[in-house]
Amino acid sequence: MIRASGLTKRYGEFTAVAGIDFAVARGESFGLLGPNGAGKSTTMRMISATTLRSGGDLRILDRDPDTHGPEVRAHLGVVPQEGNLDTELTCAENLYVYGRYFGLSRRFLRPKVDELLAFAQLEDKRDVKVDALSGGMKRRLTIARGLVNEPEILLLDEPTTGLDPQARHILWDRLFRLKEQGVTLVVTTHYMDEAEQLCDRLIVMDRGRIMAEGSPQTLISEYSSREVLELRYGTGRNAEVAAQLEGIGQRMEALPDRLLLYVDDGEAALEAVVGRGFHPIASLVRRSSLEDVFLRLTGRSLVDE
Amino acid sequence: MSGASALSVAEYRLRNMWKWKRAIIFYGLGGPFLYLASIGLGVGSLVNANGGGLDGVPYLTFLAPALLASAAIQGGQDEVTFPVLAGFVWQKLFFGMAATSLTPAQIANGVLLASVVRIIFTALAYWVVLWGFGAVTLASAVVLIPCAIFAGIAFATFMLWIAAKVRNDDGFFALVGRFVITPMFLFSGTFYPLQSLPLTVQWIGWLSPLWHATEMGRALSYGAGAQAPLFWLHALFLALMGGAGLLLAHRQFTRRLTA
Repeated sequence: MIRASGLTKRYGEFTAVAGIDFAVARGESFGLLGPNGAGKSTTMRMISATTLRSGGDLRILDRDPDTHGPEVRAHLGVVPQEGNLDTELTCAENLYVYGRYFGLSRRFLRPKVDELLAFAQLEDKRDVKVDALSGGMKRRLTIARGLVNEPEILLLDEPTTGLDPQARHILWDRLFRLKEQGVTLVVTTHYMDEAEQLCDRLIVMDRGRIMAEGSPQTLISEYSSREVLELRYGTGRNAEVAAQLEGIGQRMEALPDRLLLYVDDGEAALEAVVGRGFHPIASLVRRSSLEDVFLRLTGRSLVDE
Repeated sequence: MSGASALSVAEYRLRNMWKWKRAIIFYGLGGPFLYLASIGLGVGSLVNANGGGLDGVPYLTFLAPALLASAAIQGGQDEVTFPVLAGFVWQKLFFGMAATSLTPAQIANGVLLASVVRIIFTALAYWVVLWGFGAVTLASAVVLIPCAIFAGIAFATFMLWIAAKVRNDDGFFALVGRFVITPMFLFSGTFYPLQSLPLTVQWIGWLSPLWHATEMGRALSYGAGAQAPLFWLHALFLALMGGAGLLLAHRQFTRRLTA
């Protein structure tokens, strides 16, 4: 459905996307993971045929988005990071008006709008102005809007950024349903748990390049250990203790606020640490996550907002 | 293959305008109405008493083409500035539209088309007011209304381009109002013949679509300075302004929506 090779985007001197290769198959749920400024959103905008590429090749549904923009966009649903809903119109009007931009008929749109409002769980907000909606509702409406043309590919840029946990889970549930219906999803996120929840396969991006590619599980097993032991000794002592824990686990990351030990058995590792006489202020044994993969690949953590 | 067109954007704009219908009618007709009542009747009675009118006709007849064109220009201007700022800066609506089958040029055309509807409405409605005041004859509608619409469209395309260049709205509307709309209204031979002004400020009128439309309107409605070449020069100026404005607006919309 999507094929990119050597895909590049430059803004003057600045290279936002530095020649990346990837492909997305029909029905797949594909993720672009990386911190802010990694080039995810720019990549997304090239896929959505709203920004011209500076180099390389890109094919969406076997067409070149730079030369067949309107044709390509007719089959895409775009859910932008900045919800650009019309706040002066009602929910139903937003969906209807957007459908008209695709050249869809009134007869098609009338039942479609109701169907989409139901999908977004906004039936009772039908004639309410967008101004009055919560952040989560606006995001659901934006997703519903992206579905108005029954797209083959739905592109979601940071779909849950800025939402509270409950709103995030409602949203994920909606996206799961779409996936079950066979819609191809492309999602950018800097949330690890989101990528693990939603994506069959993903690329990890940093500074415009692809650092790794695979399913969340493969990436974790390839670039991290089974479990992670987190230890806190207080900001002043972390580095000092780190030097004394050599040999425990496969690898260690010393962050300013905590130490991360990559191990197969977290509890056993903790015992070993305590055995050397270093009682942490706090400790935590957890499963390895994509956060750890990212740390391993780039030496930096994904700074959360 | 898809039936997406500028009409869908115009349809959206009209839907939005409908929500503002009272303000549109009030500001669109209110301002010119006050000018008509105050200057048209007040100054008019002085002018008529002293010299038997202006340009060989009663003052109101002289004033009517200018006020009509001015109302059309301002109505049209409203519909290409606010919506374009909302589209690119405030709500970023155009970026949502650009993700559909629409092309940037279609978006620009749609906004312009809706402003043309408002221009036509304003010209028609204001003509009725003028007629009610006895400022125009019934027959003059055929020439005055098209002149006003022509000027409104020419200026709207030009402003469509200017508004599309605005990156943030810090004082944009104050600037347009103070340095474009007001001088244009005051220095376009609206209240007296442009030739009465010294050459140092007369040039403002030459650049003003309002003056060109006013001159055309005066020539057609009561035969003022009826020289055919000059008439066509005015028409050419407006046509060029409109054509260039549209071309530049298309370029600017495309640049911003595909960057």
